[in-house]
Amino acid sequence: MIWPAFKLSLLVVTVATFLIGVVGTGLGYVLAKRQFRAKELCDAILTLPMVLPPTVTGYYLILLLGRRGWVGRYIYSLTGWSLAFTWQGAVVAAGVMALPIMVKSARAALESVDARYEMVSFSLGKGEFETFFRVTLPLAMRGLVAGIVLSFARALGEFGATLMLAGNIPGKTQTMPLAIFEAFIAGEDRQAKELALILTLASVASIYLTNILTRSQKSA
Amino acid sequence: MKKHPGQRSVALLLSFLIPLLLDGKPAHPAGPQARGIVVAAAISLSEAFNEIGRLYQQRTGDTVTFSFASSGELEKQIEAGAPVDVFASAGEKEMDQLQARQLIDQSTRANFARNTLVLVVPAGSKAALHSFAELEEPSVQRIAIGDPKTVPAGQYAEQLLRNMQLWPKVESRLILAENVRQVLDYVVRDEVEAGIVYATDVNIAKGKATVVASAPDKDYGPILYPIAVVKDSGSTQAARGFVNLVRSPDGVRILTKYGFLVPK
Repeated sequence: MIWPAFKLSLLVVTVATFLIGVVGTGLGYVLAKRQFRAKELCDAILTLPMVLPPTVTGYYLILLLGRRGWVGRYIYSLTGWSLAFTWQGAVVAAGVMALPIMVKSARAALESVDARYEMVSFSLGKGEFETFFRVTLPLAMRGLVAGIVLSFARALGEFGATLMLAGNIPGKTQTMPLAIFEAFIAGEDRQAKELALILTLASVASIYLTNILTRSQKSA
Repeated sequence: MKKHPGQRSVALLLSFLIPLLLDGKPAHPAGPQARGIVVAAAISLSEAFNEIGRLYQQRTGDTVTFSFASSGELEKQIEAGAPVDVFASAGEKEMDQLQARQLIDQSTRANFARNTLVLVVPAGSKAALHSFAELEEPSVQRIAIGDPKTVPAGQYAEQLLRNMQLWPKVESRLILAENVRQVLDYVVRDEVEAGIVYATDVNIAKGKATVVASAPDKDYGPILYPIAVVKDSGSTQAARGFVNLVRSPDGVRILTKYGFLVPK
């Protein structure tokens, strides 16, 4: 039970972190550099999963992506497939839950880039796209990586929304936090302990790494 | 730590307020009958027990608080010292485990209800399922049952599927739920093609789930519901009173109203 849960968690969290990294950086960039109405409202909605009970987020995900959901029904009628009870569902749940951390980190990291460097790049005739990849991104890199590491840790610990959208199927959608829950309820204390230890170590390592990344950014 | 002058009076105020918030009365040494009892019961019993609970409160004036979950989950909570007075399980295994650890009062233990398993599909389902045997058809992609590790309904369902030689064919399509009502919910929401639940569960989902087959309990059972007073109960008398009410003609009448059978 430990090994399949470990492998599955790694798969789910790797895919989720990759998606979060790309999407979160993009959203963080828009929030940091663009001025538009309802900008803070967008930020608030994106931050919602951080403060809502995970079961509420999971409930919304089912309403949206379940077989009869607002979007899910079209996916189902087109493909005969639905996100519910699949590992991809676990990716979506973990991704949505961890996205706010990435958006917040990315926005802060990108806002801290001195706009004068970007101005210089624009005045040298470079477009926004090239300026982003050659000036803004390298300057904000440490903060972005810190955000990615924290998102990784958050996604690794995701429980509530995953349970609701992806269920708790050993070998298919049972990630480590779910395996701990089941092992504990079933009285398999040794497995629960081992999994808890792995998750604790991974979380400590993530926070430690984040602290190193953000601290040397300040002293640099 | 430096103490603010106001800190002591705040603490004093809180020591009066907190008991008030907790039970609405000032903190008098509460008599055993003032406490009310907590009953941990299998979630399949929720409607019947809520009604029995109302009757109990009418008759005794004592309050009953219910905690409904899968029997395996409740068993674990009682083992961990949850303040529970009565335990009603959907399986004998969970009660046996508590008895082996001497956590229940053995003399109060009795089987008070029986149940059977049925196969349900979402109302208006296109998959034309009529029997358990048809679960192996490829059109049935997802079958919900309770998690056999903690949910008695799941243990019985596993036994049934094994006896019908269906288990190896359907194992990869099983969706394991945290309790039997979640199985029913998956069916009602049309997330699965079929689910295996208790015959009594279907009453609460009338119109949203259809029973297409029922299985005789010689294939997996009998499904017996034991009840007992928990040894650490601080209100043994009241707890015994509740157990007696469940087993009385009035209790049986309510249980049969919700579809439960009486054990022979």
